[in-house]
Amino acid sequence: MVNLKDVQYIKLKIKRRNSPQEASYWQDFQIPYRPNMNIVSVLMEIRKNPVTADGQKVNPVVWECNCLEEVCGACTMLINGVPRQACAALTDKLIEKYGDRPIQLEPLTKFPVIRDLMIDRNKMFDNLKRVRAWVQVDGSWTIGRGPRLAEKDQRIAYEISHCMTCGCCLEACPNYNAKSDFVGPNAIAQVRMFNLHAIGRMQADERLEALTDKGGLQDCGNSQNCKQVCPKHINLTAHIAAMNRAANAYVLRSFLDK
Amino acid sequence: MAKTKAVVVGGGLAGLMATLKITEKNIPVDLISLVPVKRSHSVCAQGGVNAALDTKGEHDSIDQHFYDTVYGGDFLANQTPVRGLVENAPGLIYAMDRMGVMFTRTSEGLLDLRRFGGVKNHRTAFAGATTGQQLLYALDEQVRYKEVLGLVNKFENWEMIDLLIDDNEVCKGVVAQNLATMEIKEFVADAVVIATGGAGMIYGRSTNSIINTGSAAAILYQHGIPFANGEFVQIHPTAMPGDDKLRLMSESARGDGARIWTYKDGKPWYFLEERYPSYGNLVPRDIAAREIYDVCVNMGLGVDGKNMVYLDLSHLPTDFLNKRLKGIMDIYETFYGDDPRKVPMKIFPAVHYFMGGIHVNWEHQTRIPGLFAAGECDYMYHGANRLGANSLLSAMHSGTVAGPAVVKYINGLKATAAETIGNLAEQVVKKQQNEHEKLMKMEGKENPYKLHDEMSDIMYRNATIVRINKDLKETDVKLQEFQQRWKNINVTDMGAYSNQTVMYVRQLRGMMDLARVIVGGALRRDESRGSHYKPEFPKRDDENFLKTTLATYKNGNPEFSWEEVDISLLKPVERKY
Repeated sequence: MVNLKDVQYIKLKIKRRNSPQEASYWQDFQIPYRPNMNIVSVLMEIRKNPVTADGQKVNPVVWECNCLEEVCGACTMLINGVPRQACAALTDKLIEKYGDRPIQLEPLTKFPVIRDLMIDRNKMFDNLKRVRAWVQVDGSWTIGRGPRLAEKDQRIAYEISHCMTCGCCLEACPNYNAKSDFVGPNAIAQVRMFNLHAIGRMQADERLEALTDKGGLQDCGNSQNCKQVCPKHINLTAHIAAMNRAANAYVLRSFLDK
Repeated sequence: MAKTKAVVVGGGLAGLMATLKITEKNIPVDLISLVPVKRSHSVCAQGGVNAALDTKGEHDSIDQHFYDTVYGGDFLANQTPVRGLVENAPGLIYAMDRMGVMFTRTSEGLLDLRRFGGVKNHRTAFAGATTGQQLLYALDEQVRYKEVLGLVNKFENWEMIDLLIDDNEVCKGVVAQNLATMEIKEFVADAVVIATGGAGMIYGRSTNSIINTGSAAAILYQHGIPFANGEFVQIHPTAMPGDDKLRLMSESARGDGARIWTYKDGKPWYFLEERYPSYGNLVPRDIAAREIYDVCVNMGLGVDGKNMVYLDLSHLPTDFLNKRLKGIMDIYETFYGDDPRKVPMKIFPAVHYFMGGIHVNWEHQTRIPGLFAAGECDYMYHGANRLGANSLLSAMHSGTVAGPAVVKYINGLKATAAETIGNLAEQVVKKQQNEHEKLMKMEGKENPYKLHDEMSDIMYRNATIVRINKDLKETDVKLQEFQQRWKNINVTDMGAYSNQTVMYVRQLRGMMDLARVIVGGALRRDESRGSHYKPEFPKRDDENFLKTTLATYKNGNPEFSWEEVDISLLKPVERKY
């Protein structure tokens, strides 16, 4: 194991791209070692002096970030090949785990690259539309107390409601790619959350219909990668399994009702 | 009349709520946001949202909520709008509940309530310690449905860079820039709502998100709209010291029983409990922050000799903590490594919230007809100090006021903006295209990020918990130097696509303007009130300073004037906890 006391530089190898139309290329950077940094603070350091490890003056690296506390999902990227949030990727831990070699940063591969580490995740939001991921209230007006909800249902739904739409689960999913129709583990889990809510449940069938449609549950290959990479530790495979059961029941019910 | 349209700038709680209210009346909205709206800064709010639901047998009431809010704000808030806020609160929470917010429940399935600072009753509804995230997501979902219905057009990854204000001083829309393609485009609209949040980035490191530069508010200020009470910046008592950000550790920790202490004479000293026996650890934030500062800086009793004290919840049962505070414990564990269930957290105060903001009337309209502001970017509800869990409330509530006010305004128009705007949009777009070209050619010596560091260092030193006139004067001189040095910036990024640095240079200019508003307001207010504390003037001075500070942009400098505060409902009394 590397002793952090011996580390002089934090080294990075960053996959860059100037615009969607241009080809990618790699650049190496290094900054003097400081304790308690994370990948975002390293990238911020680089933009104060955008020079590569071999002294070449370059454009500062472009990436997305916002909250810096792992709740907004913006700064998701591949860090040494693992999809995760850059703010929560502490450099000391990375160096301890991977040694002194450059930390490799790449944009997620399943989404269009905008520039450098910045990607376009609009498709994830579109998938939420496909599964009707909202409670269909009559309006936002005041009409008195909402429905009661049992604590045990709240606990399941609250876990799911942490989903930041960050894209880690899709990046890790072998059944999802840039051209795929698959709505993805996150969207399937969202259906479970809305179907647990007393008002949301009134549109449960519409959501289940979407999940039995093309790109729905049938596209899940049960590799269970999604659960491994979810930064919010959402038990995605359990939620997918629950939705499989609900969808089967729905299909059977629809058949019998015909 | 031809088709009407509104523009909402900002997709946090206030902007989304305003969007919902406007589209519910079938007026389409163009929603402009720096980030996908689901990633807005509202996501960071943790502890909860206040409403006098009175479900804990305490006889809590709207009157008490009103009293606590006005008293907590040291009587600087206009009382009529505060009354509207607290009256609207219960219905608003229930509406959010219907929309599917996963609030923490009691054993009988009702909304659970916790305590918060400056309040003796249980009044705060919450979803664990991620309440802002859950509220934001619920509104995000509702607005997504409106998008499917064709009533909302989202322009995410766009930044507002100018306003369309015609010769009659009427707002006809905005000009915004696409942050990927750098295209500059007009958004002509019959009314505009600015809901762009606070400006913590002026101080560099704070509890705020990266996008909270205040640059949209600065654009309004540069257009002559006054910025009110800029000197009132809330310092949150409990944040994790950090290299890149001072991460919030929610007041709800103390609401649920956490204690603040440090060592004195070798023994734990619970200084807030000792000094404030009645409220203990739940004194309002301005007081808690000053006491922690006093213990660390004046008495030198910080943990390990550093500016830190303990925030301790290790005595509370693990099940209870996991149910209610997991959100913040996860953040602490991820970024610091220790498990707060077992060892006390180390915390220190940090810049958190802007009580001040864009000056608006009680319907959230600025002095420019058609231009509204809502949420943290306005100045309306919190006076000199905001009570915890009133911010999620005021963000949503102001959307429920601004939205219908926009509808009323638009319905009263005789012609649409599109019909009457003439060539104003082309002119402003052209002007901003030229400005962009000019910024892209800045080849001076100053790195914008380093210049920002210098500014935030001096702002942190002189314009936070303790304010001294001599230092404030020096700071204002320094800020003017920074404004000169800004002209010598090097943009460093030559990229024609998704150029973040050139946008940042624009934002930095706005931050400098607002920094001068903060410092100038603080310098002129020779009293101590709420978050604004001057040891040279330790008492509140109602005779001279029970008034709203207005900073108006004149030839590049802030010009200060004052306005009466509405105290029609509650007579000011001395604030003691």
